[in-house]
Amino acid sequence: MQRIIKNGQVLDETWHLLPKDATLDGISNCDDLIVPLALWREHAHALKARDGGLGVWLEAGEEIEEIADQLDNFQVIALNFPAFTDGRHCSSAYLLRTRYGYKGEVRAIGDVLRDQLLSYQRVGFDAFALRADKDPLDALKAFEEFSEVYQASADQPQPLFRRRA
Amino acid sequence: MYVYDEYDQRIVEDRVKQFRDQTRRYLAGELSGEEFRPLRLQNGLYIQRFAPMLRVAVPYGLMSSAQVRMMAKIARDYDKGYAHISTRQNVQFNWPDLEDVPDILAELATVQMHAIQTSGNCIRNTTTDQFAGVAKDELIDPRPWCEIIRQWSTFHPEFTHLPRKFKIAVNGAVSDRAAIEVHDIGLEAVQNAAGELGFRVSVGGGLGRTPIVGSFINEFLPWQHLISYLDAILRVYNRYGRRDNKYKARIKILVKALTPEVFAERVDAEWAHLKDGPTTLTEAEVARVAAHFIDPAYAALADQDAALAQLDAEHPGFARWRQRNTFAHKRPGYVAVTLSLKPTGVAPGDVTDKQLDAIADLADRYSFGEVRNSHNQNIILADVEQAQLFTLWGELRENGFATPNVGLLTDIICCPGGDFCSLANAKSIPIAEAIQRRFDDLDYLFDIGNIDLNISGCMNACGHHHVGHIGILGVDKKGQEFYQVSLGGSAGRDASLAQILGPSFAEADMADVIDKIIKVYVEQRTDEESFLDTFRRVGVDPFKERVYAANH
Repeated sequence: MQRIIKNGQVLDETWHLLPKDATLDGISNCDDLIVPLALWREHAHALKARDGGLGVWLEAGEEIEEIADQLDNFQVIALNFPAFTDGRHCSSAYLLRTRYGYKGEVRAIGDVLRDQLLSYQRVGFDAFALRADKDPLDALKAFEEFSEVYQASADQPQPLFRRRA
Repeated sequence: MYVYDEYDQRIVEDRVKQFRDQTRRYLAGELSGEEFRPLRLQNGLYIQRFAPMLRVAVPYGLMSSAQVRMMAKIARDYDKGYAHISTRQNVQFNWPDLEDVPDILAELATVQMHAIQTSGNCIRNTTTDQFAGVAKDELIDPRPWCEIIRQWSTFHPEFTHLPRKFKIAVNGAVSDRAAIEVHDIGLEAVQNAAGELGFRVSVGGGLGRTPIVGSFINEFLPWQHLISYLDAILRVYNRYGRRDNKYKARIKILVKALTPEVFAERVDAEWAHLKDGPTTLTEAEVARVAAHFIDPAYAALADQDAALAQLDAEHPGFARWRQRNTFAHKRPGYVAVTLSLKPTGVAPGDVTDKQLDAIADLADRYSFGEVRNSHNQNIILADVEQAQLFTLWGELRENGFATPNVGLLTDIICCPGGDFCSLANAKSIPIAEAIQRRFDDLDYLFDIGNIDLNISGCMNACGHHHVGHIGILGVDKKGQEFYQVSLGGSAGRDASLAQILGPSFAEADMADVIDKIIKVYVEQRTDEESFLDTFRRVGVDPFKERVYAANH
């Protein structure tokens, strides 16, 4: 079973991430599902009618604005990093938290590696599904590496210059 | 200059520990080369042709003598005894061992230095006028604003994996010595009718394989909103910049594709959400940072015009040096002095450990213990008493810094080229040397006057060849090195891109080609007309005819 980092702890994964080409066929009624954006676009009504938990995931090129007025439907919003060097969803997460006020889980999926976790956390991610070959326990050390930051972001709305003693 | 407080120091020390562990994990095989690559790049560490290259950050080019001594020590202990001043006002070491880099960083941290974000697809070192704070034509001192930008950009969590590198320059003077219009963002200090300070914002300039002069998208951004507006620009770029092709990934391509007008609308729409939020700059913060850049304890002096004129008359060499290598100072009795790192036969911008120690010593004795690196790859002592100029000149001559060629044809901007850089298509240092040797007659050089000659070993344009009055670009043709010449570029106010002269030349022909170009200029110029002015008046054809005539 895959394990994820959630709020600084390593937990067993309970959500099912549906692939990009998923259809409604054979979807269980009770499982907690993270569905691709295309499926949500097509079948929002049916997905909302299920008993299980609902999340949605976005490709790096899919804009968060597309679901900004539907956020109440999702317990999880997963943002896919096709490569750890692609920082687009850092802006998406920041906007989700600060502009659209999303309070549920924002999860990093895809090419998620230890050395990016701290900045992901800063922009608003609180859950991380590391790439399968990486050890989430080892990755927890990333959160301890810096004790101070200069900028305002989702985790710290006040820039350092407003906090300096 | 800016002095770290406990927060700044802690951030840099945390970074040293973080990078030490990243290096350890890489060497232990826990991080793949691909995974380590952006981590080391964001710490200025390249894998080059012969060895790693480490680029140390010098925020806006300013260094204390203690920091210069540390550069000397690193050159001695970890390198082959020299360092290189880069066109981004940083310092590069060409021969460190990867395993030593964490120790180098630990040593740098003891003098408030680091290598953070000197490479990689992030916000790079912000640059400015090498005469910031002392120039007579200054509206504001740009350095506090550069420092504010440095802090904002250091480990900005949202912008650590941009589509491409990102460079910002700030100008506070009437002349533009920071080349703001060929940066991703250029900021020019301006005052509105009410006398309030703001910034005129240019975006989408840059060199490389698609050189573009930036577009001004905001004529007056009140200073309070500088950071929120930068956030807005970077967010638009981070989200919509191209990532499918690294050659089309710079912000200039996005600005061009959208048009500057539409890009500005996108930025304004984004900024509307951020304006007046917590990142709005406060007077207290600007004052706190600016307090680090107040004038040093200048003596009350009078200008030494008569005394200097007499020395000029007695010592023609001094007169020549003073004419070229000094710059008028805002304070009477003072002058800024450029140490030329361009004597013939030395790679432009290279400086040895002994020379660095000497520079630190000179800075302590003549210029309040500070130096600046210029984007022209020279070093400046900004606050020298005119009465000490003659003595200083003697010391500079002993150390090899007194070549009176600042701004002249032999003051060449030159990338490390194929001798060091794994990206280069061609060598650049031997071309610079061949031209320096050809133009070894100082009287002739002085007669030719101000010329920016810029050489890049490949189209990444680290040598800024597009904005040279004369630009030289190394190109590869079937495995052989050739050189393309362009004319009419300018990095100053109303920046312009050079026009390609025609087919490229072999290495052996380059000095002749430059010689012919200069001869056309000398024949065509009117009184007092600079090379650039003549070129703009007569166009490329007379140069083309002369240079290619001999080949037929």
